[in-house]
Amino acid sequence: MIQAFFHHPLHTANGKGYLDLRIEVGKGRLVAITGPSGSGKTTLLRMLAGVLHPRQGKIIHDGQIWLDTAQGIRRRPQDRQAGMVFQDYALFPNMSVHENLCFALSKADSPEIIGELIGMFELKELLGRFPRQLSGGQQQRVALARALVRRPSLLLLDEPLSALDPILRSRLQDYVLEVHRRYGLTTLLVSHDYQEIRKMADWMIRMDNGAIVEEGSPSTLLKLNGDGLSAIFHGLDKEGMALFSRDGKFFTLPASLVEIHRWQVGQEVLIRIEG
Amino acid sequence: MDGTFWETMGLTLLLAATTTALLLLIGVPLAYFLAFTRWRVKPVLETLVSMPLVLPPTVIGFYMLLAFSQESPIGAFLLAYFDIRLVFTFGGLVLGSILYSLPFMVQPLQSGFEHLPPNLAEASYTLGKSRWETLLRVLLPNIKPALLSGLVLSFAHTVGEFGVVLMIGGNIPGVTRVASIAIYDEVEALRYDNAREYAIALVGFSFLILLLVYVQNRRQHQRFGV
Repeated sequence: MIQAFFHHPLHTANGKGYLDLRIEVGKGRLVAITGPSGSGKTTLLRMLAGVLHPRQGKIIHDGQIWLDTAQGIRRRPQDRQAGMVFQDYALFPNMSVHENLCFALSKADSPEIIGELIGMFELKELLGRFPRQLSGGQQQRVALARALVRRPSLLLLDEPLSALDPILRSRLQDYVLEVHRRYGLTTLLVSHDYQEIRKMADWMIRMDNGAIVEEGSPSTLLKLNGDGLSAIFHGLDKEGMALFSRDGKFFTLPASLVEIHRWQVGQEVLIRIEG
Repeated sequence: MDGTFWETMGLTLLLAATTTALLLLIGVPLAYFLAFTRWRVKPVLETLVSMPLVLPPTVIGFYMLLAFSQESPIGAFLLAYFDIRLVFTFGGLVLGSILYSLPFMVQPLQSGFEHLPPNLAEASYTLGKSRWETLLRVLLPNIKPALLSGLVLSFAHTVGEFGVVLMIGGNIPGVTRVASIAIYDEVEALRYDNAREYAIALVGFSFLILLLVYVQNRRQHQRFGV
């Protein structure tokens, strides 16, 4: 179980603003985070991992305080059990795949986990290669394996699958699901792909302008893909995203996904996405 | 090429090697700090580090001469409490050279650090590694070309310095007389043959050392694409 709240300056699509949110994720859940670029998704993950220090905030993870700005408590990223996979993978260019994995091992850890991860992610053939010799999908597998070496209890995935082609993407989704279940992880996954969210997540959060604008089970929120979701259409925002509101909460969708040419501003519409 | 020639060349290389080694120890932390600090004083520090690039070396030498002479409080203090004499000594030369070549070490390193993807260090922290271990195992190995540039340029620049050395070192054979000073000295005494030996040695040396940097950077580029 992770509970957190944050208050931190954020450069949003509408200029300077604040990331202001409260989040609670039960142990063992896989939560998808979605929202337009600049809405604060990466910022949120970076603050949970501890590589970004919020101006105000608090994180309690399984009863341990990772952060409490009011009390001046701040656990370093090194001391949080959080694994993070960055959007660009952040593999170390000077190290081979095997060295990248072993780097994450601390002196006290048993090296068995390396062998286990190599097997699980089918990395045996790649061990001697350097990151620049790997395809995007291979880099992603290495990055995911590396993030698991320390046996984290919280896994943070910053849109790691976005750059991959659909077939590879589907296979890597299976990898993520397998490690999520096998190691009993709590996982936060940034994703824009509704199919991916439906397949993987049991909870979904939609962010915009540094705030959570909507959350719920993907099946409810993603009725979009099925029966459709009724909402009020507000036209296009500055980024060219279609803006809607539902029960007083605003959310946006890529305009290309929906049939905006048929709607008028202020009208209640049925949003449905063919996916 | 007599004994004096080899003594002078040996002293020149010793000065350059000592200066470069100390500059590495000072330059890495300083460049790291400048690259990652958000402190407001950063531009002031950067300016100070870069000053030797634009100041005539004689200005640096002049101030050091004033500061370290036995009449000045600093020079008197060093002499009284530590028995250290910096004017017309090898130690003074090393100190002057460090100041003079500081930007040649710090600027490539700082630029190297700044051009690394910030995610590398952050990934290392989330993998449980301290700042120190991250610096040694992740950051420095990935800025090898910058490191090599810094080392070689500091070394070569120290070999080539004249003004600072002349001001604070003078021209004492075996103590402070380096190759660039020797050339000046020999020419003044109209011993052109001797001057030619030093000059050729310096031209050859400078060419080789710069060639090394460019060949190595090319290789690095092909290997790591950085």
